[in-house]
Amino acid sequence: MKRWIVMFGVVGMLVGCASTPDEQKPADIEDRQPSVAATTPPATKKAPATPTEPTVRAVPTDTIGKDPLKDPANILSRRSVYFDYDQFVVKEEFKPVVAAHAKYLASHKAARATIQGNTDERGSREYNLALGQKRADAVKQMMVLLGAPASQIETVSFGEEKPRGQGSTEQAYAENRRADIVHQGE
Amino acid sequence: MNSVIHRSCFMKILLPFVLLAIGVAAAPHSRAALTIEIVGSGANQIPIAIAPFRAEEGTPQALTPVISADLARSGLFKLVDPGGIAPVPHEPDQVSYPQWRARGAEALVIGTVVSRNGQYEVSFRLMDVVKGTQLAGYFYRVNPSQLRLTAHKIADAIYERLTGDPGVFSTRITYVVKRGARFELQVADADGYGPQTILASNEPIISPAWSPDGGRLAYVSFERKKPVVYVQSLTTGQRTAVANFSGSNSAPAWSPDGRRLAVVLTKDGGSQIYSISASGNGGATRLTNSPGIDTEPNYSPDGQWIIFTSDRGGGPQIYRMPASGGQAQRLTFEGSYNVSPRHSPDGKSFTFIQRQGSRFSVAVQDFATRQMQLITDGGVDESPSFAPNGRMILYASEVRGRGILAAVSSDGRVKQRFSESAGDVREPAWGPLIK
Repeated sequence: MKRWIVMFGVVGMLVGCASTPDEQKPADIEDRQPSVAATTPPATKKAPATPTEPTVRAVPTDTIGKDPLKDPANILSRRSVYFDYDQFVVKEEFKPVVAAHAKYLASHKAARATIQGNTDERGSREYNLALGQKRADAVKQMMVLLGAPASQIETVSFGEEKPRGQGSTEQAYAENRRADIVHQGE
Repeated sequence: MNSVIHRSCFMKILLPFVLLAIGVAAAPHSRAALTIEIVGSGANQIPIAIAPFRAEEGTPQALTPVISADLARSGLFKLVDPGGIAPVPHEPDQVSYPQWRARGAEALVIGTVVSRNGQYEVSFRLMDVVKGTQLAGYFYRVNPSQLRLTAHKIADAIYERLTGDPGVFSTRITYVVKRGARFELQVADADGYGPQTILASNEPIISPAWSPDGGRLAYVSFERKKPVVYVQSLTTGQRTAVANFSGSNSAPAWSPDGRRLAVVLTKDGGSQIYSISASGNGGATRLTNSPGIDTEPNYSPDGQWIIFTSDRGGGPQIYRMPASGGQAQRLTFEGSYNVSPRHSPDGKSFTFIQRQGSRFSVAVQDFATRQMQLITDGGVDESPSFAPNGRMILYASEVRGRGILAAVSSDGRVKQRFSESAGDVREPAWGPLIK
């Protein structure tokens, strides 16, 4: 009675996962080092294995010469905005980072960024997804106020699903109350 | 010495884990087991004896152990040991009622299995030991692979005849297992037996929801670097991204007719509830319009209402609105954090999670009386959903930092724990009754 079909539409994921240093650790993959050299987007890798048509988005190789996004000395290499518990206000200390990315987007019309909101693990997964969205939206709102075109920014949430800080400690919770600015192709 | 199950008993059933592996990329984990523990019992347990069926030993799956385990797990039955009564009765005229009465049994199950042309003919009768009459009797002709399901259906029939509620032993559950960095969406029998992985991913999977006919699952997958809602057929395995709008897409809930999904989208700013076609065709109709968060929609069984979580009043509370949108009414007032509402099958109450301090408990509230009852002691309980007969609530919990599934009777008296030895289990949902 094979009523349940096992689907492994994720064959290509092994490739995307090769950058994960330790399989034992339930760590996230792409958020860990936002400034790391371009990672292969697993969506395009994996989509052909799924029965639905893959939305293969071309990744335009931005010709920026020396990539300021990857220069550790440049403020643009900083990507994370941390929030207080149950808060969605971008704190003063993170405004320079947000402003730098806003300026970058304003001056690179072809550039696109995604802001990924995160929360700590406590509470409902779906409610946390919405809270993470609120954090991402708060960062976007500030970027738009600082001149970034709204059309170049997508906000999404990972909720509590992709924790950077592991475990149920205050330190991990603080690490996970965060929004990350990710530029297209990263 | 007569009964194997006592009040407040604590029993463990170790069920073998069978992974049906199809395809080359089969999951590497070879062995795991779902363990069920039962704690507590119903107020009035019905003493029932289940005599071994004639010739069941020669089949690939003996039926009476499955029937016995099902009934015991419900907490509503006290199993009376049938051992030592010879000859074992298989037909009504073979039953010596005084013998069973002497053991305290009020009901007796007898039956036979006959092998014929590669199939099995299973018949059983439920006898009233006190009156010496037959209460129910059914006949099934099944393939060998369906013997276990047949045992569950027999347990359902016994349960319904003796309690008045439909049995749910032949239903299925779904949940997500996290092993290391890998996520598996699984479907298993209601007793945790025979889990099948229907989707495996290195990105999170959350919020699986059964279609009303039990043939499809809607869920949220992060495989495209953001939450996207998919619908997957359980018969063909075919899957479709039904909500993949700009921003986040999540919290799918089926309309009772199976045609629409309420989902949460952020495409217009903020997390708001929309209605989309379950096929993914057509646009999204916005149902809520609040400045804050509206999420976790759930349709009433009659399709008239949607209950959901909203922070429009400050913290998250449960609200109800017409299924087509419009004025919402706040339902929860106790506590500062009430989330994850799900209707009971009769539509008269809803279950949800309430936070008190740092503890999260399963609660049930009656729509008419507004009476609220906490039915678990709390901890990190999440994602409650009713069994389709309304008698149990399945939810996610945690033991020693590891995710497990648990079920509690809706009066809080009987508790079951399902744990998976090799992974972290979360996001359960109890499937519908299949007619």
